[in-house]
Amino acid sequence: MSERLCPRDEAEVVEAVRWAVSNARTLDVAGAGSKAALGRHIQTDATLELKGLSGVTLYEPEELVLSAKAGTKVAEIEALVAASKQMLAFEPMDFGPLLGLAPGGGTLGGLIACNLAGPRRPSAGAARDHALGLRAVSGRGEAFKAGGRVVKNVTGYDLPRGLSGSYGTLAAFTELTIKVLPRPETVETLLVLGLDDAAAAGVMSAAVGSYYDVSGAAHLPAGIAARIPAVAGAGTGVTALRLEGVKPSIVHRRGKLEAMLGAHGTLSFLDEAASLGFWRAVRDVEPFALPEGGSPDRAKAVWRVSVAPMAGASVGAALREAGAACFYDWAGGLVWIEMPGSAPDTARVRAAVAGAGGGHATLIRASAAARAGEEVFQPLDPITGALISRMKNGFDPGRVLSPGRMYAGV
Amino acid sequence: MSGLVMPAPKADVLARRAQIIAELRAIVPGEGVIDTEAEMRPFESDGVTAYRQLPLAVVLPSTTEQVSKVLAYANANGIPVVPRGAGTSLSGGALPLEDGILLGMGKFNRILDIDFANRAVVAQPGVTNLGITHAVAHEGFYYAPDPSSQIACTIGGNVGENSGGVHCLKYGLTTNNVLGVEMVLITGEIVRIGGKHLDSGGLDLLGLIVGSEGLLGVVTEVTVRILKKPETARAVLLGFPSSEAAGACVAAIIAAGVIPGGMEMMDKMMVHAAEAFLGAGYPLDVEALLIVELDGPEAEVNHLIDRVAEIGNGLGCMTLRASTSEEERVAFWAGRKAAFPAVGRISPDYLCMDGTIPRKALPLVLKRMEEMSEKYGLRCGNVFHAGDGNLHPLICYDANVPGELEKAEAFGADILLLCVEVGGVLTGEHGVGVEKRDLMPSMFNEIDLAHQERLKCAFDPEALLNPGKVFPVLHRCAELGRMHVSGGKLPFPDLPRF
Repeated sequence: MSERLCPRDEAEVVEAVRWAVSNARTLDVAGAGSKAALGRHIQTDATLELKGLSGVTLYEPEELVLSAKAGTKVAEIEALVAASKQMLAFEPMDFGPLLGLAPGGGTLGGLIACNLAGPRRPSAGAARDHALGLRAVSGRGEAFKAGGRVVKNVTGYDLPRGLSGSYGTLAAFTELTIKVLPRPETVETLLVLGLDDAAAAGVMSAAVGSYYDVSGAAHLPAGIAARIPAVAGAGTGVTALRLEGVKPSIVHRRGKLEAMLGAHGTLSFLDEAASLGFWRAVRDVEPFALPEGGSPDRAKAVWRVSVAPMAGASVGAALREAGAACFYDWAGGLVWIEMPGSAPDTARVRAAVAGAGGGHATLIRASAAARAGEEVFQPLDPITGALISRMKNGFDPGRVLSPGRMYAGV
Repeated sequence: MSGLVMPAPKADVLARRAQIIAELRAIVPGEGVIDTEAEMRPFESDGVTAYRQLPLAVVLPSTTEQVSKVLAYANANGIPVVPRGAGTSLSGGALPLEDGILLGMGKFNRILDIDFANRAVVAQPGVTNLGITHAVAHEGFYYAPDPSSQIACTIGGNVGENSGGVHCLKYGLTTNNVLGVEMVLITGEIVRIGGKHLDSGGLDLLGLIVGSEGLLGVVTEVTVRILKKPETARAVLLGFPSSEAAGACVAAIIAAGVIPGGMEMMDKMMVHAAEAFLGAGYPLDVEALLIVELDGPEAEVNHLIDRVAEIGNGLGCMTLRASTSEEERVAFWAGRKAAFPAVGRISPDYLCMDGTIPRKALPLVLKRMEEMSEKYGLRCGNVFHAGDGNLHPLICYDANVPGELEKAEAFGADILLLCVEVGGVLTGEHGVGVEKRDLMPSMFNEIDLAHQERLKCAFDPEALLNPGKVFPVLHRCAELGRMHVSGGKLPFPDLPRF
């Protein structure tokens, strides 16, 4: 068990990193540890736990902006903004259920560090699209800031976006400023039943490319739909199209979509309550959830794949041949894959992504041994790999911040 | 040019000019290399015409391979390179260097792939912003970011500057609408980042490249997302007796959960200038005029127009007109869109500034700008992307009056410093370029800037790409790479450890 360092403010984060640099010790940068099982499995001399840096420092609903210390729980932020009828529009997923943990464990810093986004990603953007500014401590033991608190800003490099998805390997965030948006007044979901994966991709493409502002488009093959209570009764594949906004608009759009899609399959519908549960299940990958306390080490391996929306079905087909289960979000472009066993079968997944015209595949759930031995993230071409290594040289020359978490040697 | 200091030209590069031009001609044959003063003159400035400089040579490549070879050659010979799209930058981002190659990307003007099913377009960087929309309009699609120069500006330039427009609040800036790029590094190496899929799964290099102002690489291909054009759009014109009341209306609309497609504010001077210019039918008795546009499905737009009208009436608006036809909607916008030429009619010259502020600071900022206007003896009008707090003050001056340009620039700098003081930023959509370069320390300290420069070092360690832009002082990468950390113990003995 490595040592845990638990700073309470930015100055203590600076000191902790300086200690690591001076003593050639490595730090695993963490928030509350809810995503410790993501990324390559690494061993460090100590864990830098940022959950002690907690609290919302600024929230101005009419300015659509919120700042919070990096260790603030996402659930706390979501509850706060919900009270002002606002939301984190990128719909961050909660990895708890997938990794066998209690829900609601994640921090804001972890959310941005992993650049998470849920079903609303295609229309609203990912975490990176809502990161306006940050304060952080780099592996040089220096505190710095980037970005600002206004939604429109091109002053200097866009480091808040560039550090999104860096998994703590370039800097430890201490405070983040994000954009918040109004919550839709209500939500309904139109279901098209009985489509195969390829037909579903066509229907989702038509719906998302229509005038009718579809803010979520997911397809669940029959075996997966059976695992989600809101649609389990359908007994067939379910293609779900989410409509959000003011009631008169939803009524209008639903009517138009029904006319447009009625010929493709049987139509059904989820009301607001059922819709909220359904889209949470899609967002949090509930069909592949582990029971709380379940260990990812022995569970079936899970991959997250992003390809062009119309290419998703070909990835699904290639992996179902090998006994995997899968379902689609982002109008077909995001494919969640549960392998038949605990082996990641990495070569097959990477080949399927390449065969679909390219994209990326990330091994989300696997044993520590598999995550130590496999490329968890999409492998980089040599030029990009060298570029990222040089970025690491700039931000963390001593390689003390989560070294190897994303790529060996970085 | 007033007081702008650019990096000193390299004497050895200037001395080898003839040889360099001959070697560039071996890479880009025919008319692709321009070296006469008369032919280079059109490239001597961009949209900031106060700054002019002839380059060493203008190179107009037409293939990625040529770009790669030109950059590798420049890298091997220590020659700076300034990339340029259509030259519409409002911050001097494409200002040439005396010892530098001006790399014009205008020949990259083809759309390579239109993919409606995946809602993506792949274009070469010299395609205009509006050219992308025109290519997909027949199927009812469009490319959302709409900088006011969209008829001329290129998608490659938009990527460099992270360009915005009036619809940013709802549809985002360039960065939110770009899916991938092909880019050539200064070494000549070609990288592809992103594609028709979303996100990278890891580090967001694309997010760093968009808005990097040509300092990290030269983009040779861009993949953007396209959206279905909204079914309907309607606009409401609301006039208020004070900018405070108009600002309160903007805040109330957003607090009510409404995100308009566009929300613009004009102050009294701009309303009068626009009205005198083309008779848009604006009310002349108001202190501030709001144009609020709702777009989307018809039922939604009609519902939200009523809600906005209700909010405006509740906050004491003096004029309230909702468009009832497409002609009327276009007429509401005509005055706003003509704001800049309208000022051109009442003043021989003007500077257009581009700060962003937290919206609630608007009344304070307008009041302080009035005081500055008196102090400098120069008029200043304001148009404001009210939804996202992006302020465009237009400072009127006469370049023929000695000293007035300098006065206008000092006024502009004071405005931007004020934006930072109230919690805003130096530039919302025009970029830093050379224009705001020396103000960067007002927003970022040395450590902040050093971290940004280290990114630059990862891409371009010899600082050959667009030097003299964005950073007030470009440090040597070797100097930035040193680390000064001392001490071997945790100086905070009470830092909790477990």
